[in-house]
Amino acid sequence: MADVMTRLNPDTRAAARGLSDLSIRNLFIIPTIAFLIVFNVFPLIYSLWTAFTDYRASTNAPSQWIGLDNFRYLLNDPFIWRNFTITAKYVLISVTGQVLVGFGLAMLLNRPIPLKGLITTLLLLPMMLSPAVVGLFWKLLYDPSFGIINYFLGLGKFEWLADPQMALYAVAMVDIWMWSPFVMLLSLAGLSAVPKHLYEAAEIDRAGSFYTFFRITLPLVAPILMIAIIFRTMEAFKTFDHAYILSTQPTTELIAIRLYKMAFLEWQTGMSSAFAYIVLIVVVAITNIYVKYLNKAKAR
Amino acid sequence: MAEVKTRGEIITNRIAVVAVLAALIVMLTPIFWITATAFKPRNLATTAPPTVLFEPTLAPFAKLFTKRSQLREPVPEEVYEAAPWWEKLVFDGGEQVVRNRKTGEATSSGYGNRYVNSLIVSIISTFLAVSMGTITAYGFSRFKVPGEQDWLFFILSTRMLPPIVVAIPMFLMYRAVGLHDTHIGLIILYTAFNLSFAVWIMKGFIDEIPREYEEAALVDGYTRLEAFRKIVLPEALTGIAATAVFCFITAWNEYAFALMMTSRNAQTAPPYIPSQVGSGLSDWTVIASGAFLFLLPVAIFTFLLRNHLLRGMSFGAIRK
Repeated sequence: MADVMTRLNPDTRAAARGLSDLSIRNLFIIPTIAFLIVFNVFPLIYSLWTAFTDYRASTNAPSQWIGLDNFRYLLNDPFIWRNFTITAKYVLISVTGQVLVGFGLAMLLNRPIPLKGLITTLLLLPMMLSPAVVGLFWKLLYDPSFGIINYFLGLGKFEWLADPQMALYAVAMVDIWMWSPFVMLLSLAGLSAVPKHLYEAAEIDRAGSFYTFFRITLPLVAPILMIAIIFRTMEAFKTFDHAYILSTQPTTELIAIRLYKMAFLEWQTGMSSAFAYIVLIVVVAITNIYVKYLNKAKAR
Repeated sequence: MAEVKTRGEIITNRIAVVAVLAALIVMLTPIFWITATAFKPRNLATTAPPTVLFEPTLAPFAKLFTKRSQLREPVPEEVYEAAPWWEKLVFDGGEQVVRNRKTGEATSSGYGNRYVNSLIVSIISTFLAVSMGTITAYGFSRFKVPGEQDWLFFILSTRMLPPIVVAIPMFLMYRAVGLHDTHIGLIILYTAFNLSFAVWIMKGFIDEIPREYEEAALVDGYTRLEAFRKIVLPEALTGIAATAVFCFITAWNEYAFALMMTSRNAQTAPPYIPSQVGSGLSDWTVIASGAFLFLLPVAIFTFLLRNHLLRGMSFGAIRK
């Protein structure tokens, strides 16, 4: 009997005819992992070594081991901390804006609205576009003399991007425009998952819309909204593309922009590698929170 | 939401419809404006107040692809004014041609080339990422892998790194092996970038295909590989297509690596288009037409992808 079972087991039968499952598994998985190690892990190890050296990629001078000097210098540099502060402020403004706009839109679209499918798709367009090209055309929109934003808001020659106070908000605005649709999309998924009978029960109890929102809708959408917030925080922290194209002021110098300038315009390769490592530690911390929530959401 | 019944609910609903339409207009205005600018005559592009009604022209597109190379010296004003419109296009064409001093060979450094570079790099890297990603996802989905969760997390984590952090060592490595400013260099980078995404999202799709399908095929005498090719792949086709479009859009839109890893030969459109807004008088109609042509495929794909967007944007973690 056991013999028959072995012969009927599809896996054993297939193995007898071709490659074994084990070799297929290795053949399918190992190349990808090897590729990712070569192009992600290896560069990181390489730049860890660079971080401890005094090296400029623009010269042919050999790199010199200087130990922790790069890190010591960076952690004592007030300008670097200013970049972190600017980035924190930017993340706060843009993520808050995206959550408010995105969730608001989702609440509106969760009603019986004609052409809902088409409208939702159209609203998703901004987040699919190239951030660099988006940054470019917002430059046209923000232009003080012929931009349509000033015209429609009646602001005259207001300098959005050249005004040190305003520039960061202007850059964050673009991020809000691009990524509110993402929060909207996740919120819509969350809202559609709220069981209908809860609302019916609330209606029978004559609960007000205020009560229904805070006691039923919000708590049930909160987990998915949390994922959106963490995801966007992580991404906003890394912002480079549109911000680099739009920013002209030191007040909009996000970490990624500072890092780019340090590495590719000032050619302080060793120093920028050390800086990259400091940034990496922050990103890994945020990522860990994200993955924890992701697993929780998957388990649901 | 419950059915709309009472008078109050009808009014709230009307307000909601108006609000949605207002939001739609605000959100789409930037895209509308760049499109409108792409079809404007040059003198109407930067007027105050802005020109909304105008006779559309294709001149910006023609300028985008005509070569300035034909010109040795700037054209005198009278000659320019007297010239017919097609010659004017050549006179103020957007594309520049760089002549090699030694060989006299002319290479275009204009938009057309950048667009083709974008296509080459995006299509090839998408193909590589999706094919590798699909088989790896199958491996993870169907077989026992020791430390599966850890490996999957590792694969995801490669996508979480800020591009600039990896770019510094990659730049040094590429320069050392001569991959800087080559198509292959960018293709490898984008494949690595998209691979993690392809594995995660394809694993979601393959997990949903019942194992019984393959098991039946195995009993019928197929080998594992045949079952994978003839049963699993056709079932996963929708997922593969959606993943491919996502990978294509990511590679197509990528800016940071393209900015750092290319300079002329392999430069893609995202670093090129913004670089045209330099000092002096930039012709916004030509820039807008370049941007419009660049955004067009993405807009089309967004419509095709609309039902898969959520899954794609959240690494397959959340399903509609």
